[in-house]
Order: sequence, then C-alpha cells, then structure tokens
Amino acid sequence: MNREELKAKLKEIIEPYVQNKEALENATEETSLLLDLEINSAHLVDIILDMEEAFDIEIDDENAERMMTIGQALDISEKLLEED
Amino acid sequence: MEANQLLSFEEVLKLLPYQKPFLFVDTLSELSEERVVGHYTFLSSEYFYKGHFKERPVTPGVILTECMAQIGLVCLGIYLLHLKGNHLVQDNLSVAFAEANMRFLKPVLPNTKVKVMAERTFWRLGKLKCEARMYNEDQEEVARGTLAGMINKTG
Repeated sequence: MNREELKAKLKEIIEPYVQNKEALENATEETSLLLDLEINSAHLVDIILDMEEAFDIEIDDENAERMMTIGQALDISEKLLEED
Repeated sequence: MEANQLLSFEEVLKLLPYQKPFLFVDTLSELSEERVVGHYTFLSSEYFYKGHFKERPVTPGVILTECMAQIGLVCLGIYLLHLKGNHLVQDNLSVAFAEANMRFLKPVLPNTKVKVMAERTFWRLGKLKCEARMYNEDQEEVARGTLAGMINKTG
C-alpha cells in the first residue's frame, strides 16, 4: 500500500467518527484529528483500534500519543507496516 | 495503600468521585481485571422520584445507566488503574462518560436493591468499554447495555 492508498483507507476508518464531513474531505497531512476534525479522545481510541485491525499492526501507547495529525497517523502506520 | 497491591472493595468505593445524591454504588462483591459486581438500593427518598413520574415513582433510565456506569466503568477503572501502578487519591482521577447503548427491560421501583454485573470489553489508552447487566432482587434482568468512558489519573 502506498501513502495515497494508506491515506484513503485511513480516511475511511476515520469517517464514522467525524461530524464535519467537509473537513475530512479537504483534510491534508497537517490536519489535526482533535482540533480540525473535532474527534474526541474516546473516539481517537476507537480509530486506533480500527487501524490496528485494518492494517494488522499493533500501535503501542507511545505511538498512539504521537498520533495528532493525519500525517503522523500515516507515518506511524507506514513505520509499523515496514517492521512487520 | 501500596501500588501494585490489589485494592479492597472499600478502597475502591472511597476513591469514587461521587457523593449523595449522585452516588449510586453501595457495595461491591466481586472485582477482577475482567469483571465487577456491585450493588445499590434505590431508596424511596431519592430526589428524582418526586418528578419521575408525578404520583408514580419509577427509577429513570438515565439513573439506571449512571448506576451501571459508576460500577462497570468507574469502579472497574479505578481497580485497573491502580493495578497498573497508578497511585490514586480522591482528586487525581479524571472520569468522562463517552458512550452508552442501553436497553431497559423492566421498571425499577423505589426500595429495589439492584445488582450490576459488568464485563470488560477492552481497556486501551484510557478508554474502558464494558458490557453491563442490571438485575432486581428476583434476579430478573432489568437493564443491559454497552458502556464506555475515559478514565485516567491526572497530574
């Protein structure tokens, strides 16, 4: 999966947790999950669990805490997929 | 109270961030990493019976939900946080109710002692999710649901 495909899949995972669909539509790598997409911390945990299942990776607490933007979520996913 | 030692039922209850009239746990009878069982008696003097309903007191579903969350999420969460080595005191606990998907099966009348049994679905990154069931004194199931919340130590 290249980065664009990964980004498309990530947006699919995030979609059910976002009220503002337009913000998600226009999201860039710099888009903040909590501030721009207004995802609360409880839903952020759900997204992390959904990512683990979809990408077959394990995201530990340290990596989870660094996942503030779309780009960071992609970086962490790519890194963990490579290690696999 | 040393970290890593198991918390007693009384210690967990003492750490609950609630008080009357919004404390809905009297006792606990089972507590493990996976499961909690707690009890509460809805006395006829509870403040909400005066308004729900006029002349016909029935425990509101939101209060049943709260009771199930205080036992299934907060008591279990306190136990788990402590087990993970967090030193907890009264005011360093942050609790936020996040999700509830409930079914109410039978009315709960004043002076009913209920039992709540909750089983952990997952506990990750501060989020605790459980499946909870509530029973009356005749062991009839009165409510069930999936509950989730964020529970963390602050500072």
